[in-house]
Amino acid sequence: MRSRIAPAAALMAAALLATSCGGAGETQEGAAADLDVAPGVTEDSIKIGSHQPLTGPAAPGYVHISTGAAAVFDYINDNGGINGRQIDYVVKDDAYDPARTIEVTRELVHDEEIFAMLGGLGTPTHSKVVDFLNDEGVPDLFVSSGALMWNQPDKNPLTYGFQVDYTKEAKIQGQYIAENMPDAKVGYLHQNDDVGTDSENGLEQYVAEQRVAVESYDSGNTDVGPQVSALKEADADVVVCSCIPAFSALAMLEAASIGYEPQFVVSTIGADSATLQGLLSEFAAEAGQDDLPAEQMLDGMIYTGYFPSVTMQNDPWVQLFSQIYEDHAEGDSPMTNTTIYGMVQATLMGKALMEAGDDPTRQSLIDAVHEQDLTGPGLVPFASGEDDHGGYSGAQVLQYRAGKEPEVLQDAQVTDNAGGEITEAEVDRPGPDEFGFHDE
Amino acid sequence: MVSLSDHESTSRDKQPESTAPAPTVGDRWRALPALVRFPLAALAAFAAILALTSVTGPTGDLRIGSVGYYMLAIAGLQLLIGYSGQISLGHGAFMFIGAYTMALLVLNQPALPLWLNMIITVVLSCTAGVLVGAATARLHGPYLAGATLALAVGLPALTVRYPELLGGSNGLAFSTRGAPASLAGVITNTQWQAAAVWGTTLIGLVVLATISAGRLGRRMRALRDDEAAAGLAGIPVGRTKVIAFVISAGAGGLAGACQAYLLGTATPSSFTVTLSLSLLAALVLGGLGSMWGAFFGAVALVYVEVWGEELAHALALDSNVANNLPIVFFGVLLILVILVWPRGLHGMASSLADLVRRGR
Amino acid sequence: MDQFINLTLNGLSQGAVYAALALSLVIIYQATRVVNFAQPALALISVYIAYTVSQATGSYWLGFGAALLTGLVLGAATERLLIRPVHGRSPLNAIIITLGLLLVLQGLAGMIWSNEPHSFAYPMDYRGRFSPSDWFALGSVGAAALMLFALYRFTPLGLRMRAAAFRPEAARLSGVRVGLMLTAGWAIASVIGALAGMLAAPPFIFPNVLDEVFIFAIAAAVVGGLENPFGALAGGVLLGLGMSYVSGYAGPELTTLAALAILVVVLSIRPDGLFSRPTARKV
Repeated sequence: MRSRIAPAAALMAAALLATSCGGAGETQEGAAADLDVAPGVTEDSIKIGSHQPLTGPAAPGYVHISTGAAAVFDYINDNGGINGRQIDYVVKDDAYDPARTIEVTRELVHDEEIFAMLGGLGTPTHSKVVDFLNDEGVPDLFVSSGALMWNQPDKNPLTYGFQVDYTKEAKIQGQYIAENMPDAKVGYLHQNDDVGTDSENGLEQYVAEQRVAVESYDSGNTDVGPQVSALKEADADVVVCSCIPAFSALAMLEAASIGYEPQFVVSTIGADSATLQGLLSEFAAEAGQDDLPAEQMLDGMIYTGYFPSVTMQNDPWVQLFSQIYEDHAEGDSPMTNTTIYGMVQATLMGKALMEAGDDPTRQSLIDAVHEQDLTGPGLVPFASGEDDHGGYSGAQVLQYRAGKEPEVLQDAQVTDNAGGEITEAEVDRPGPDEFGFHDE
Repeated sequence: MVSLSDHESTSRDKQPESTAPAPTVGDRWRALPALVRFPLAALAAFAAILALTSVTGPTGDLRIGSVGYYMLAIAGLQLLIGYSGQISLGHGAFMFIGAYTMALLVLNQPALPLWLNMIITVVLSCTAGVLVGAATARLHGPYLAGATLALAVGLPALTVRYPELLGGSNGLAFSTRGAPASLAGVITNTQWQAAAVWGTTLIGLVVLATISAGRLGRRMRALRDDEAAAGLAGIPVGRTKVIAFVISAGAGGLAGACQAYLLGTATPSSFTVTLSLSLLAALVLGGLGSMWGAFFGAVALVYVEVWGEELAHALALDSNVANNLPIVFFGVLLILVILVWPRGLHGMASSLADLVRRGR
Repeated sequence: MDQFINLTLNGLSQGAVYAALALSLVIIYQATRVVNFAQPALALISVYIAYTVSQATGSYWLGFGAALLTGLVLGAATERLLIRPVHGRSPLNAIIITLGLLLVLQGLAGMIWSNEPHSFAYPMDYRGRFSPSDWFALGSVGAAALMLFALYRFTPLGLRMRAAAFRPEAARLSGVRVGLMLTAGWAIASVIGALAGMLAAPPFIFPNVLDEVFIFAIAAAVVGGLENPFGALAGGVLLGLGMSYVSGYAGPELTTLAALAILVVVLSIRPDGLFSRPTARKV
């Protein structure tokens, strides 16, 4: 047997060697994928995929994004689905390891044959599948990351951002500090990746002269003692924290521990008050003041936001989401902003799918995304036009108030991620009842 | 199927220490010199891979390719641990070096052909192996393990220190040339990539197998069994240890390069301690002391996760349970196999084969 | 100067944690020649039990006691059920078993308590430059080390344990139940591991919380010398201080490289760690 196969293999190996003489990095431009197709769409269902870290070091915190999205899809399905089709939401665990992301994304596209990708999570992870998804013609909607790279319509025509990008958000924070706390000394504390550099680029445009310290943390090292004590040493009155929730909480605890009381200004990614309260719940009482609930520790925290937070109990969207969460989410953990994040993504997806028509194709989905105003539950305008795939394009500045609705310190502002101006935004926010896919 | 069974028989014959009563074809096969035997076996294996990728889809190709590079890395570790007896917990570090070398070459020197990139990677990772091997030559047992573990943890931190060059914690992304135009329609890009990875892996395995069958391999085993006696017998202990380290570092680097090529990325979060420990676990799970064990280990590394997920999905479990099922599954498999078959999956396969033969 | 003092104090309390976990590794290594990769998982389960008990009873100290007890039971059970069967085989077998156990227990923790972080209290007030909690960390690790020393040096049990570890044949001949002594070694080590977990986990607990600490604990044990419990303590403190200074003065991403550098420097001068006794090594 071998006698026949071995020469064939030898031939193949020789061909491999001979033709691999071309440069490994010299790639040809492939033809654009055909979008007038509808894989994953059947008579009565539409398959949507996502990659999320469900296990591993990045899972804490982010697991709730897909829980939230799944709850909303469940709700939509219970109300008759989208144009008569049930949504089949398939989440694959990539453990935040890009190698796994690539594998599970191929699995979603080739084996599960998803119609579109929704909210693939993470910059290091999703950046490795953006080319693949665009080459394969898979709509890559509402990436769960604030990196700037999702908004490149020329390069990645099918990729759309969701979250306000780190630079835009930091510009709005910077301007707010410069205008309202002009004499304060400002310190930065940020993650040592693009979250940090992009945020710093934004802040520097407004508070460079007030800045007294720039400290960064590494997400693999939970000891932020050195950084916080350096901020204290520099006498920073305001600490702008571009941190994930665990590190906002760590920074606050560490500050409390060394008797340092700066005004914290926290980005949306790290300002999830419900998550922070959960993380801090053990410490308030212990801080010597008995009966001091965790929310007291957060009282006065300034943060930026682009979608409503759980504490806005009068907001019709939050009311709807709470109801959905109660009825459809599994588990007994309390709803957090992270949950709402996933719920907003799913809501926008549902809206886009609905507008994509009775016989949706990938092209009609993209057209719907372009034409529709997808602001939806958001607090600021959502950019998903042909040449701006930026997602939420600005933020409100809010202040957390223990036990109350957060106070809006500054209304929605929008800007760009370069040197452009910050302008007041006109927000036309539809209520849930105007959105249309429930109670049908 | 034909090629598969063929592949199996050739690889079983690869170990002369096998006690099975030899059929005549096997005798003739074994009489061939190693320099002929191993390349022939590799060609047969390559044919098997080609046959296999022609029936799998793109996801299957990716997994088959992953088995390839993991196998190369584990085989390198096999040479170091199984043959020379030095325990490294940091082989992920060499995969890291290989992957970043490949990524940087593709990004900065796109005109270089793939095979040259692979060669450069091997040279660089061997150089790293010399440095590490020389620094750790005096260490033994757990001290070497601890030092290499620290290497695997420490090295990826460089990417964050030099974000302009190494892309920070987001890593590097690139795309590589696919199947040549002349083969368009015959072979898909993903098949081509899997074939390229396996081609590299098999060349690497031939080198590793030839070395372990030769004088150097005998020296390493002597060293593993009794360092003092080996020294008395005139074997240069320190040098042999460093050479083993360098070779296995080269294999690890090449495996990393294959991974980067296959996935089009090099990211620090792929090269955590978990990777290094998984390689070691897969090696022992597959079976120490035989290159065949590397194959079983690599298959387990890639597919147990997949099966675990499918199982979780099939059982429709609560999400907390379902999410964690694959790792528990892998852990239980590790414990059970080691308790029941100390020689790993390879040991299990050979005792099963013995049973079958005796039953006949 | 202030920064220097802060970093020093910070390094000391971190170092105490590394030292405790390193100590537990060394005890097990001495008893059975196994580097126990499951140590962080045994500690993790202990800490989760403490979490559950504290939540149910409202008392931190009841949880603390439950954690130590869990450590004791888990350590003994691991030795009896998983390590004993591979005793005498290649040490790699035992290492892989502990690796498997690590995966299983971390996965189980995720299944039972979810992968979400839970707020987890410090033993005492955590506020202040060197808070009561920091004192407690340093004090409890010191006390554990002293008790261990006393146990080994002054009690018949300790003598038997040492005999079982170093001269098993002779010990057996003189009537020591060697197996029981090895189990006792694992149990004691896991109690100290649980203590390390209780000190390391706050402020949050989640299944991977001890991974990082464990890596540095291995490094500390190797730096100090696996043959010597005091080496583990010194190694832990050395590593804690070194990493705190590097993080504060050079950047947090360099801490792991700093650990590597400390390891390389120490081992290139003393290949068997700082406090090894070269004579104890068999060829």
